[in-house]
Amino acid sequence: MSTKRTVDVAIGTSGLDEQGRPRRAPLTVTEGGTVTTLEPPPALEDALELEGEHMLINIGPQHPATHGVLRLVLELDGETVVRCIPHIGYLHCGFEKIGEYRQYNQVIPWTDREDYLNSIGNNVAFALGAERLFGIEITPRCTVLRVIAMELSRIISHLVWLGTTCIDIGAFTPFLWAFEQRERVYELLERWVGARLTTSATRVGGMAADIPVGWMDQLQHFIKTFPKTVDEIDRVLTTNGIWVGRTVGLGVMTGDEAVNYGLSGPMLRASGVAFDVRRDFPYLDYETYDFEVPVGTHGDVYDRYLVRMEELRQSTRILAQAAARLPDGPVNADDHRVVLPPKSKAMSDMESMIHHFKQVMEGPRPPLGESYVAVESPKGEKGYYMVSDGTAKPVRWRIRPPSFVNLSAIGKMVEGHLLSDVIAINASIDIVMGEIDR
Amino acid sequence: MGLTARPSDNLARTDTTPGSGESWVATRLDFLVNWGRAGSLWPMPFGTACCAIEFMATAASRFDLARFGMERMSFSPRQADVLICAGRVPFKLAPVLRRIWLQMPQPKWCISMGACASSGGMFDNYAVVQGIDTIIPVDVYVPGCPPRPEGLLYGILMLQEKVKRERMSDTSLRNEMDPDPKSGLYIPPQAIDELSEPFGNSVHQTRSGL
Amino acid sequence: MSAPFPVVIPGRAAPDAPAPATPKQLPNRGGPANPSADALRAKFQGGVVRVEVIWGETNVYVDRARLFDIVQWLHDDPSQRYDYLSDVTAVEYRDPEQPLEVVWHLRSLPYRRFLRLKVELPRDGKTLLEVPSVWSIYKGADWLERECYDMFGIRFVGHPDLRRILMWEQYHEGFPLRKDFPLRGRFSRAEQLRQALAANPEARYSMEELTVAQAFEDLPEAMRKRLKGGERTGE
Repeated sequence: MSTKRTVDVAIGTSGLDEQGRPRRAPLTVTEGGTVTTLEPPPALEDALELEGEHMLINIGPQHPATHGVLRLVLELDGETVVRCIPHIGYLHCGFEKIGEYRQYNQVIPWTDREDYLNSIGNNVAFALGAERLFGIEITPRCTVLRVIAMELSRIISHLVWLGTTCIDIGAFTPFLWAFEQRERVYELLERWVGARLTTSATRVGGMAADIPVGWMDQLQHFIKTFPKTVDEIDRVLTTNGIWVGRTVGLGVMTGDEAVNYGLSGPMLRASGVAFDVRRDFPYLDYETYDFEVPVGTHGDVYDRYLVRMEELRQSTRILAQAAARLPDGPVNADDHRVVLPPKSKAMSDMESMIHHFKQVMEGPRPPLGESYVAVESPKGEKGYYMVSDGTAKPVRWRIRPPSFVNLSAIGKMVEGHLLSDVIAINASIDIVMGEIDR
Repeated sequence: MGLTARPSDNLARTDTTPGSGESWVATRLDFLVNWGRAGSLWPMPFGTACCAIEFMATAASRFDLARFGMERMSFSPRQADVLICAGRVPFKLAPVLRRIWLQMPQPKWCISMGACASSGGMFDNYAVVQGIDTIIPVDVYVPGCPPRPEGLLYGILMLQEKVKRERMSDTSLRNEMDPDPKSGLYIPPQAIDELSEPFGNSVHQTRSGL
Repeated sequence: MSAPFPVVIPGRAAPDAPAPATPKQLPNRGGPANPSADALRAKFQGGVVRVEVIWGETNVYVDRARLFDIVQWLHDDPSQRYDYLSDVTAVEYRDPEQPLEVVWHLRSLPYRRFLRLKVELPRDGKTLLEVPSVWSIYKGADWLERECYDMFGIRFVGHPDLRRILMWEQYHEGFPLRKDFPLRGRFSRAEQLRQALAANPEARYSMEELTVAQAFEDLPEAMRKRLKGGERTGE
């Protein structure tokens, strides 16, 4: 919309004149052999302001471009949005309530389904919170495996974002490229934990399973070949006149506004605030990894796109470092109150059998207390707040959903933009309704 | 399990059974119409949650729904043939689903993809509809949480088989079931309560029940 | 809006503080508290009921009447600068003697600090479940407080538009996350379905949406009657 920010485009298709109207080739008519050129239409300032009523338009909850069951009610003045009111709750499934009726290890499958693009990342986040609540330290091997899991999860989430945003803005091919790369990550996850999407890969105190033989080679191959696809998508989109024209200057949030609205993740970083939970409130030894946090400066949709593309590259970089430093050793912590003993011992040793029995029947019981561990999910600051009253089931399991808070700012971001921009801005927030509605 | 009256699942009767009573022209016409319908089912992806992501993966290049004539996703129900309900349906979304189903013109079918759409899945709580067949008639249930793309494809092929078995002479296939005016419900309330009861081991996972 | 925004790096207000590291070996109770807790105790005598440090996190229990001033001070004071509201939620314990706690998670990005504020609301039937809203300080509190109201029934005084957000506005069963609300809801499944289907999706416009006066006149007659009759607003 605004033509003040300049981005170098490979094919200049601006096609707009100084007043922001499409350029016209002069219209010629032939009348009896003579060719005359018609007058261009009068300048906008001279035209009468067309009076009209405002329209109330409803988008969703079933709509391909709302990224889930989101309902946007727009008040339109012609094509321009005057006000936007989002309605959510169409995917509210009572996660937090059901968390109060399950043991800590039984809650982990729910964390898969809640932000389903970042399943294994959620598993890790929950396990970190539960381990803090129990007061358990995890093994070094588990720490590195969890970093690998989180970064793979970040990659697949950003690829879905990329694919669906491209479809919303009109480019279909990058969707297919992105999903092919996701299939490769799904293969890795399936070999590791058995499931593609709903992984349930962690347990309190460790992981569900150690990586199988040959898995690291497949991961190395992925790390080597994935950047080619990122570069390919980059070539197609970043200097593309259509992409730039449709994303630059849209949905601008300044840094102060973004912080006040509680935005996090790429939304916040695109507005210039370099808050990354991995850097500022680290976990899993992220301070020992060498990576950069991309920060945008204009706070528009284009910058969010650039931030996420760069995060894909940085995630690959972290993966390479993690794969290089994976230590040997046990995956699960050596804490019999929380971690199930190996089957051979449980079947032969009385004490192990009792531990096994108590953990399965009653569940591990943490001491009184509460913990809040926030991680940097692909969407933003994701936190699990757990309160324990000494029993095997949490008294309160709160999910701090980044997309929920990010989406609440959409009313602010969309005002004054056109209807088609609403779709682009909505896509740039990277929402996942499972997390918003829980 | 389907709760609607569908008497046409008579597998013993085939086109070539002599003396089956149907004329040769009618059976050939049936074959043509069913082949056309089954080969180009336009899906309406009513995707809500994780199953929608697996549905997208099924439509993407590795598993490719286009092989089955289904790559033209119709997000407008008016132009769709099969409603694929992929994901959990909470009560707030139930009237929306009902309305989308009513907006689809006949002939229409429904695939309930995943455990949550088929039975409420792991969400046996205050917020989730315990199976969309309490709201709309379902033709094929695809189990899984989420079902693998191959699983969804198997379900789609099952639906294609079902479509191919239809007979034009059977007019009850295209009936629209009206809800009971008193209760506003599609199937009797006792049936809904029975279907939604927790069963087996699902409730007594741990000693404290629930 | 044409000039790029300056890049803001968290922690710039405390350049001498040690680089952040993964917390390890946290004690269950005790340990160093967030310095803001002492600052609060000094500034708001009586407003701070108690401070607990659990697993390295500082929990400050404050008086409900002074909560708004405390949050305002934490936001504005240059030595505190809690500019980021992470979460607003509530905790109800299974033991009926224990009060309902309303919890605020605050972060100071310039100082890289995390603080948890709590207000206790006794469940004696005499205390109103009301707390001040912090929406005027943090715009991000908008939906967070609405959700807390929807799930617990806690009113946030001063919130511009406190209505249900996750359940539909005419939801009659109650407040789902309360401990006296059963997991499967109070009504039978058939009744829940009937009520859900009866809630016409199009009737759910908020008053804010309908202040577009001409749009209101364009709605169908029956719908206007229902909306005038207050159908859209929930408990």
